[in-house]
Amino acid sequence: MPVISVRNIVKTYTVGEVTVRALRGADLDIDAGEFVAITGPSGSGKSTLMHILGCLDRPTSGQYFLDGVDVSRMSKDQLAMVRNKKIGFVFQGFNLLSRTTALDNVELPLLYNGGSKMKSVERHRRAMEALKIVGLGDRFHHFPNQLSGGQQQRVAIARSLITEPSIILADEPTGNLDTRTSIEVMDIFQRLNRERGITIVLITHEMDIAEHGTRFIRFRDGKIQVDQKISKRRDAAAELAALPPPEDEPEPPKGDPAASDHGGVA
Amino acid sequence: MSIIMTLRIALKALNRNKLRTTLTMLGMIIGVGAVITMVALGRGAQATIEEQVKSAGTNTININAGNFTQGGVRQGQGMSSSLTAEDATALRQVPGVQYVAAGVNSRGQVIAGNQNWSTQVQGTDVDMQQIKNWPTKYGNFFTAQDVNSAAKVAVLGTVVAEMLFGPDTDPTGEIIRVRNQPFKVIGVMTSKGQSAFGQDQDDTIFTPYTTVQKKLQGIQHINNITVSAETPDTAPVAAAISEALRLRHKLAPGDPDDFTVRTQEEIASLRTETTRTMTVLLAAIAGVSLVVGGIGIMNIMLVSVTERTREIGLRMAIGARGSDVLLQFLVEAIVISLFGGLIGIGLGFALSLGIERFAQWPTSIPADWIAVAFGVAAATGVFFGFYPARKAARLDPIEALRFE
Repeated sequence: MPVISVRNIVKTYTVGEVTVRALRGADLDIDAGEFVAITGPSGSGKSTLMHILGCLDRPTSGQYFLDGVDVSRMSKDQLAMVRNKKIGFVFQGFNLLSRTTALDNVELPLLYNGGSKMKSVERHRRAMEALKIVGLGDRFHHFPNQLSGGQQQRVAIARSLITEPSIILADEPTGNLDTRTSIEVMDIFQRLNRERGITIVLITHEMDIAEHGTRFIRFRDGKIQVDQKISKRRDAAAELAALPPPEDEPEPPKGDPAASDHGGVA
Repeated sequence: MSIIMTLRIALKALNRNKLRTTLTMLGMIIGVGAVITMVALGRGAQATIEEQVKSAGTNTININAGNFTQGGVRQGQGMSSSLTAEDATALRQVPGVQYVAAGVNSRGQVIAGNQNWSTQVQGTDVDMQQIKNWPTKYGNFFTAQDVNSAAKVAVLGTVVAEMLFGPDTDPTGEIIRVRNQPFKVIGVMTSKGQSAFGQDQDDTIFTPYTTVQKKLQGIQHINNITVSAETPDTAPVAAAISEALRLRHKLAPGDPDDFTVRTQEEIASLRTETTRTMTVLLAAIAGVSLVVGGIGIMNIMLVSVTERTREIGLRMAIGARGSDVLLQFLVEAIVISLFGGLIGIGLGFALSLGIERFAQWPTSIPADWIAVAFGVAAATGVFFGFYPARKAARLDPIEALRFE
């Protein structure tokens, strides 16, 4: 059974007096363990689809089954619960809380864990584990402005992992990163996908990033234009090995929030 | 999400912007501090009045000749000739009455050597000293013998003694002239300060009432009688006195009294009431600053919501419900107002004590008002925090995440 199943989904909204038909009847099935890369020009509807898949928005018509449950007609509070338990988000702008340690940022979703009384020790343990998975075992108590962009994105990935979701939705996660850091981030996604069987849906503009997935979808005018398996999949780990060793990475800026707070949440 | 968790999130958020949190709190601190200080001052003033009333003798009942509620041609209180020395003597038989002093008042220029002073000349009886519980500083009060013989003796209030003879001088034995008649000074009273009416009780001289009647005014009647009851429960005694005087004056039922009976309590309650009104007024003005503080909280919370739009979007994306966000911002506002309230109470204490110590104004810190101020602070937080919190809770997560 597919983990995501979208049937004839339509989304229209009005901006001023203009009606925007963002999605015009898209059908999509994603099986557990897939790594789907979605591309398309701006306004093609890929972001709207992402919002619906992420339960941040509800479709105008059509159905969306997540793990076999129709979530397209759920209430806002029910959707919040679904987002917390089943979906992990990774954003282009990281969206970390500023002046909050990596550990506290990663723990955040557990605070909204539907009233489950998880001990703070247990939350800490899980947050540390998640940070270790993304290779930040030595950065628990750093603030976002003390971390490089790649490190901040890895904290965000750890945050998306902590509730052990079945899907991670990544909205242009490499948009703010340089090539090498982008590949590092893709390496983490590939490992999570391969080793933990987490389904990953990735939105990106760049073809070489998209080719890290197992399946390629292109949107155009609110519909799926291309949907195909990726035959020659890129392996981020091998790419990293082939790259020249990182030049001495400039020290991540310290302490000056104004200069380095890009992507942080005020 | 549990309340403790919400509280922790709110504290962390406030901690992230310490300066702003402190400045916002300042509004509450000043508001609550001002209310507490104002009420403490007011209560202090009330306590002082009660003290003054006590010093005047709580058991005291004043009877004045005439009745200013009487119809027809009205005469000023004490100007009527309806009271006599016999009336005063008769009141000694009324149950509950302990001391009785007949009184005749006069004013006059008092002269000693080349000094002179215009003051009140109170003709009274020996009981006055017991009624007012008022010792002499130098010499003695006059005696029943002096009253019987209408002796020209005078006991000076401290103000008069100072004006005529200079401070810290014992004038006992000196001769003063009152309306050109020589009086022998036999004593000086201790200082008693202002009466409950704000009158300087030390600016007076006492002589036997008989002396004023015969030597100064040439009259038979007296102006007033001062009575001291055995217990502070003066109302029934006052009623008995009225009854006795009506009987003596042969007033028919339905006739108005030709005298006025007043207890000290009635006199005091008037001034206490005035002070209480003043206290409420001051507290109300201070309360305005509390409201201003509340608006300050709302202002900052609104800025904070706008500024943290993306944070709100993120929290919603990772599973915060609208109610979680609402609660978070509401709790932030309440924490600011409650902490501000607590510090304000401390400030109120400090200010009151400072005023008491340095300005010598009596203050009394009211426990009930502390509870009120704290409650109002909490309510302010809820009231002014709700609108920004609801605004945050109603944000659309997608819009919020895109917010720049």
